[in-house]
Amino acid sequence: MTTFALPKLRVRGLWKTFDASRRGQAAPVALQDIDLDIADNAFVTLVGASGCGKSTLLRTLAGLETPSAGELSCDGRPIAGPGPERAMVFQHYSLYPWLTVAQNIRFSRELGRRREARSSAEVESALGRADALLRLMGLAHVANAFPSELSGGMQQRVAIARALMSRPHVLLMDEPFGALDAQTREVMHDLILHVHRLERTTIVFVTHDVEEAIYLGQRVVLMAPRPGRIDTVYDVPLPARRTQDMKLSAPFLALKGQVLARIRETAGMQTDLDLLARIAHAGDAAAVAE
Amino acid sequence: MSAASPVTSSSPARLAAVVGPPPAEDMADKIMPPTRPAPSPWWAIRTAIPKRRAACLVGFGLLLPLVAWALLAASGRIDPVFLPGPLQVLGRIADWYRDEDLLGDIGISTMRVVAGWALSAALALPLGLAIGTYRGVQATLEPLTDFIRYMPAVAFVPLVMVWVGIDEGAKIAVIFIGTFFQMVLMVAEDVRRVPMAQIEAAQTMGATRAEIVQLVIVPSAKPALLDTLRVTMGWAWTYLVVAELVAAGSGLGFAILKAQRFLQTDKIFAGILLIGLVGLAIDQGMRWLHRRAFPYLSTRR
Repeated sequence: MTTFALPKLRVRGLWKTFDASRRGQAAPVALQDIDLDIADNAFVTLVGASGCGKSTLLRTLAGLETPSAGELSCDGRPIAGPGPERAMVFQHYSLYPWLTVAQNIRFSRELGRRREARSSAEVESALGRADALLRLMGLAHVANAFPSELSGGMQQRVAIARALMSRPHVLLMDEPFGALDAQTREVMHDLILHVHRLERTTIVFVTHDVEEAIYLGQRVVLMAPRPGRIDTVYDVPLPARRTQDMKLSAPFLALKGQVLARIRETAGMQTDLDLLARIAHAGDAAAVAE
Repeated sequence: MSAASPVTSSSPARLAAVVGPPPAEDMADKIMPPTRPAPSPWWAIRTAIPKRRAACLVGFGLLLPLVAWALLAASGRIDPVFLPGPLQVLGRIADWYRDEDLLGDIGISTMRVVAGWALSAALALPLGLAIGTYRGVQATLEPLTDFIRYMPAVAFVPLVMVWVGIDEGAKIAVIFIGTFFQMVLMVAEDVRRVPMAQIEAAQTMGATRAEIVQLVIVPSAKPALLDTLRVTMGWAWTYLVVAELVAAGSGLGFAILKAQRFLQTDKIFAGILLIGLVGLAIDQGMRWLHRRAFPYLSTRR
């Protein structure tokens, strides 16, 4: 195999600046000189304080944002816009409420290029694929329900199944579980790990939750804000097959502490913490004076 | 648990029996849903009120003005020329049906309103879709539309007579002018409200621009568009009287204008009420259509 050494996704010298909001102001730099390689079948999580550009990086990989400078490629082909080989799962509002769960999942089959070249064998395989995804995601019993009848967790399962329908090589996930409650999240974590093992897709997963990033990722990419950049890349020292009890293991907690400390350092939280300390101190002083 | 509590045994089962609900075996066939009636305060903010009370209030709200009107007219304090009573108005409607062409008047007015409104919709839907979808079209057309919609439709009547003549086309044109520009802006707003995530999801699944408009934006905006059509239908009716200023010989608006000339206030009342009733019927019909066409909106968890 000649392509063996080639990463699935390659980012070289990526810059992204947005238009200056006011005249004379410097254009805000969302991403500064990003280099990143993501291997085939990897599960990489992007984590960082708000404004670090993790979502912008993901959206650029999806082709939804155009880079100001630099090169991105998927399987060696330059990324020039959105494409079905790079599916994306959004935080919410991305399902089509007028379609049933099964119709949502089959949506990509309704799109032109694939609709024209349609043999009966293809239709059959697509139906089989949709059924398999419904079962994989535990959605078989709600296949004919509308998304509005489902809980938030179930809706995100539909969104993931829909993204997987066209067998994408890369699954880009933008805080997909950010709006879910803690228990539902845990279930979704194990589900997405299962999907990753089964489908062998490359997953890039954006989150602001450090625990989520470590539990899911083989590598955790920590980004820092102002300007948005990659700060540190951590290899997660856990077995490939994750279980919930690992969240309490020593290597997990050590890495969590390390990442959280680094986020605090890079996020400019220190001034806020100093302010809090001053207020608390002043309060104590007043209490003593009384 | 405090020391004074009557727990004699500290076994977990006993504790649970005291602090939790009674053991299941005692109550197995006695468990009943609590029956204390839910409080139903009148002035609790955004709190539902009992269905029967709501129905009573609807009836009360509709009957009160009618009764007040009847009493005021029957009191004899007000000249019937200023305020004819409900029975007098009903009688006038009956005369209208018997001696004149009431159904024909309703029919021709409805035809004019629906024609002007449909013409507006036929142009406003594609134009609003383009404005809401493409920023270039928005920049080109929206300021102009915003400007024209503040111009009074009534003042266009003499111009319409010069441009279109005094046939049916003129009446339809007045209703068109009254509704079109508002409708374009409302349709554009409906289209802009389609969540970006729905559009971007389709993009990442490889949808073309035409497919996104056809398979995402239009179906996503449909419920809001039907609401916009319903609301603008109401505005179209309010322009009816103005439209029938133009050399009309029939119609509800024309009847009102004619009655005005002869100070037949009961007929003016009758015309106004009939327009209200026909409008209400169409509005309810479109609401029913909305529920039928978009079942996914009412199937909440």
